[in-house]
Amino acid sequence: MQCCVCKEKPATVHLTQIVGEKMQKLDLCEDCAKVKGINDPTSFAMADLMLGLGASQELDSSAAGSEVKCPRCGFSQADFKKSGRLGCPECYQTFAEGLAGLLKTMHKGTRHIGKAPEALRQSRDHLDRLKTLQKKLAKAIDTEAFETAAQLRDEIKALTAPVSPAKVAP
Amino acid sequence: MKDLLSFLITPAEAAQQHGPHDRIVMSSRVRLARNLRAASFPGWAKKPERVRILETVQPAVSSLPEMADSFAEAMDNFTALDKQILVERHLISREHAAKNVGSGLVLNRAETFSVMINEEDHLRMQALRPGFQIREAWTALDRMDSALEKKLEYAFDNELGYLTACPTNLGTGIRVSAMLHLPGLVLSEQINPIIQSVNKLGLAVRGLYGEGTEALGNVFQVSNQMTLGESETVIVERLEKVVSQIIEHEENARAKLLEQKPKVVFNHIGRAYGVLANAHSISSKETMNLLSLLRLGVDLNLFPNTNRALVDELFLTTQPAHLQKQQSDKLSAEERDLIRADMVREQLKNVARPVTK
Repeated sequence: MQCCVCKEKPATVHLTQIVGEKMQKLDLCEDCAKVKGINDPTSFAMADLMLGLGASQELDSSAAGSEVKCPRCGFSQADFKKSGRLGCPECYQTFAEGLAGLLKTMHKGTRHIGKAPEALRQSRDHLDRLKTLQKKLAKAIDTEAFETAAQLRDEIKALTAPVSPAKVAP
Repeated sequence: MKDLLSFLITPAEAAQQHGPHDRIVMSSRVRLARNLRAASFPGWAKKPERVRILETVQPAVSSLPEMADSFAEAMDNFTALDKQILVERHLISREHAAKNVGSGLVLNRAETFSVMINEEDHLRMQALRPGFQIREAWTALDRMDSALEKKLEYAFDNELGYLTACPTNLGTGIRVSAMLHLPGLVLSEQINPIIQSVNKLGLAVRGLYGEGTEALGNVFQVSNQMTLGESETVIVERLEKVVSQIIEHEENARAKLLEQKPKVVFNHIGRAYGVLANAHSISSKETMNLLSLLRLGVDLNLFPNTNRALVDELFLTTQPAHLQKQQSDKLSAEERDLIRADMVREQLKNVARPVTK
């Protein structure tokens, strides 16, 4: 059996970790195990550690059977399993379902916070605002605060109006 | 192509660069990963597409004000030795050094900005600063990125942020890192618990040359791992905070060692000096580890007439590619060890024995 990190040396360190109801297995050679700091298996979470590798299993299980390929670049899940990298920006749409769980284990959140290209920033803010209002509206309806709901509805209407959304008062 | 070595600042000049806390923080770096919207990532794109990307990206990068005086070249035009020199200077990654046709580099003269084209992503741009200047590096790189987004159409998604070849870089695409010299924590055997607690904060600790390398010369790189779900500012501030704490721990460890185990410290530094000043054959690994102790000795004032720059210069010039570059014939590892020892002895000729009173 080969090491699943360097794919060169034979795997002599075998790890099994159960996260929730899922079992993850790793086979590493001694060098890679050392590099990854695996001498005390209790001190690390395999999901964080393996990043790209655990990832591929996640992708597999979510789209079992049918071989999905990215319509733009022809990249498949098998390719991801091999390299831990995607084929093109559009792959994120193609494989969105399988990636969601993986991103959760890998990052702080699943939604980008921070810089955006200036050209897109406005529409992004706009979208953010819309989402907040919709959430507030749902809550208002739940709590039967119909006056507030009506107000929110109007705000949303104004925000989604095709003419110059920039004019909407806060 | 232009000669790389005549463009690069000399190791002596590089060693003279100073920044805040450079006694412990050797350098600060911020990297951003960016990709073009309508192209496959470099690892999946075929050669003609990669060449086309390089031909689009390189002129855009070169036209930035930061790159007014810069070195721009395709990776296939570098010799293996020049690539290795760039790795030893931390100007390109080891992964990028393995690239050829369809990849490129744009580097400014001050070596404060380095942009790798078609590494793992279409763009890997970095800002480098001597000493503890993480925030300055981020501000400078942010500005450069904002100028570049007007020339290139980035792959960006409202939910996922900047799209990258590897999902681990998704979102901000930022990696903030500091290179730390921590002999005090290593000698006092506090380094492992420190690494573990830094890991718990979601930060990675790596060796001198990044991913998968050992901590030669007691040099460690601390960097963020998570890139999605937190803003660049939050990430930069966390790293700043953690590095400040590590600096404090290292200073305390040094003070405590001197107070409680002066003989241990003097023994290590004295032996390091003895070997470096007298060896006739020495590997680069041993050199680095001993130079680290010499550097500690300078910091602790055991070599009152010696400047830290002398040690830092040796740190660079004794690396395999730098050593080879000074010779006309191709050297074997054994020959390099002889020449390295000669060079170190020559440099330390005027360095007096450590003062340990």
